Amino acid sequence: MGAYMSLPAAVPAALATQMKDTTWINILIFSAFVAITLVVVFRASRNNKTAADYYAAGRSFSGGQNGTAIAGDYLSAASFLGITGAIAVNGYDGFLYSIGFLVAWLVALLLVAELLRNTGKFTMADVLSFRLKQRPVRIAAATTTLMVCFFYLLAQMAGAGGLVSLLLGLDSKDTLGQAVVITVVGGLMILYVLIGGMKGTTWVQIIKAALLIVGAAAMTIIVLAMHGFNLSTLLDAAVAKAGDGGAALLNPGKQYGATGTSKLDFISLALALVLGTAALPHVLMRFYTVPTAKEARKSVVWAIWLIGVFYLFTLVLGYGAGALIGAKEILAAPGGVNAAAPLLAFVIGGPVLLGFISAVAFATILAVVAGLTITAAASFAHDIYANVIAKDKSNPQMEVKVARRTVVVIGVVAIGGGILANGQNVAFLVALAFAVAASANLPTILYSLFWKRFTTQGALWSMYGGLAVAIILIAFSPVVSGSPKAMIPGASFAWFPLANPGLVSIPVAFFLGWLGTMLDKSTEDPAKQAEMEVRSLTGVGAEKATNH
Amino acid sequence: MGTSAQPTPHDPVPEIDFEEVQATAEFQHLRRKHRSFVFPVAIAFLLWYFLYVLLADYAHDFMSTKVFGSINVGLLLGLGQFVTTFAITTWYVSYANRKLDPDASAIRRRLEEPSLSQEGA
Repeated sequence: MGAYMSLPAAVPAALATQMKDTTWINILIFSAFVAITLVVVFRASRNNKTAADYYAAGRSFSGGQNGTAIAGDYLSAASFLGITGAIAVNGYDGFLYSIGFLVAWLVALLLVAELLRNTGKFTMADVLSFRLKQRPVRIAAATTTLMVCFFYLLAQMAGAGGLVSLLLGLDSKDTLGQAVVITVVGGLMILYVLIGGMKGTTWVQIIKAALLIVGAAAMTIIVLAMHGFNLSTLLDAAVAKAGDGGAALLNPGKQYGATGTSKLDFISLALALVLGTAALPHVLMRFYTVPTAKEARKSVVWAIWLIGVFYLFTLVLGYGAGALIGAKEILAAPGGVNAAAPLLAFVIGGPVLLGFISAVAFATILAVVAGLTITAAASFAHDIYANVIAKDKSNPQMEVKVARRTVVVIGVVAIGGGILANGQNVAFLVALAFAVAASANLPTILYSLFWKRFTTQGALWSMYGGLAVAIILIAFSPVVSGSPKAMIPGASFAWFPLANPGLVSIPVAFFLGWLGTMLDKSTEDPAKQAEMEVRSLTGVGAEKATNH
Repeated sequence: MGTSAQPTPHDPVPEIDFEEVQATAEFQHLRRKHRSFVFPVAIAFLLWYFLYVLLADYAHDFMSTKVFGSINVGLLLGLGQFVTTFAITTWYVSYANRKLDPDASAIRRRLEEPSLSQEGA
């Protein structure tokens, strides 16, 4: 993930040149994906009548379908291309990084998913404002939701230009071509979400997850077969290909172990990953698309198995790319570490497998940005417009209309932001989104579900405090200035040593939630607390599926 | 519509005294069973994960120890994280199905269809 944006000046390696000759296959397979998903989205949209249909797909998906969609939403291009590349180049540390993304789901399973499904309607703010003062808490929750979605979306869109150029064989310096690519991605995303709402978005994610997992499984089987189905043999081959010092690929420390600061940085990143996942607004919103809390539980179970198996595949694919291509050639290819998986596909399966994997990578970007966009639009329309701006004058039809307009605005902003950020090093934004979710959202989610005494002041201090600390620390960190790889390499105003703020901002946000509550002279309505607790555990009065 | 005996899907819980329900022994029992599972398990897996992260971060020699072939302690502990994640998932689902769901749905049914509770009482 680290080199998401840093496309090296075009030094096309031999393999990369061969890959370019067959990009028409990639475009063909990708066009087929777009055509099929558009048909599915159109068909799914015919039943979109109410707000519950538009935001929550009528709560009609099964746990298995939703779990697959969660995997499709969660396994971004950074997961597939980034982690495969990180393992190919940095060995064990890439694997270490991937584990945080999986373990994190236990927080969602044990503490969040079912209780959230039972107490909310459409957005994270529904749950957070359930028993606290509606207006201020809703505005705060919508603010953090929009911030997380914005960071994540910008990272995806900015990455899309370079990534798709790699897959379509565009020159890495062809900024106009990349701007066209970003515009196409943004335009398709607007189309999916505008027409299909949550139902269409979910089907895009399900189709993409199935293609991604089938593609990765096929590659894993081929790589293992080439090494006698023996992991140890595969590891030896990767070490041998790397030449001198190759043994370091098997041991921790190649990526995160350089200095005391880089070690601490990884702890900070691990904390943000493991506590941030269950507080990502676009993940939380997926739990409203199923009819009951039990189906929400099943969704997480499906997601955990699919995501877990997928990261086991990336372990094999990463070392496979190391063994069959080698770190030097990967780093020299356009796209850097992100090129590992496409190169591997080309080597083991020729142009057709490469085309398939490239189309999957493109589909991945589309599915992830669509999920983020509908989440941000729902939060703006439902939390800000309906509950704060229009209040009693709002009705569900108007709310959905506002949500649809918001989709267009977000799409246009994402395209513009993506084009502006293209070529800059903004990969840190994904890790920042997890850190903001873990700091600004998770403490308030947990406190309001499990701590009776928790008050509005505690929620506001924790959400705004967590958000502010995370953003201030990242602004003064080495990823923004003061290092050659920074977003603004020329300037130097960094004083915070870590690249991820989680280690500081998460404990601070938990502390502020506690402090704000203890110093709050007013208390919340005990009847509301009782209602939330009873509803969260029993499902009394939970939103039902809509029937058509 | 609040007086109709049959609750509509959009208004399933018209007049429930949630504080009263919260205070019942039955609900307190469910709450205790839920928390006594999820809190300790959540703390345990977080400690186990961060133990692994700290070892990978600071105990390079230990993690690099070969166990068989080229498979070292680090790889086995990493795969162990997958195993424990899958195991905890399965364990929780079985616990929730056996111990939590029956009680939760009994309380829910009683609250959503008050006529049943009167017959029962």
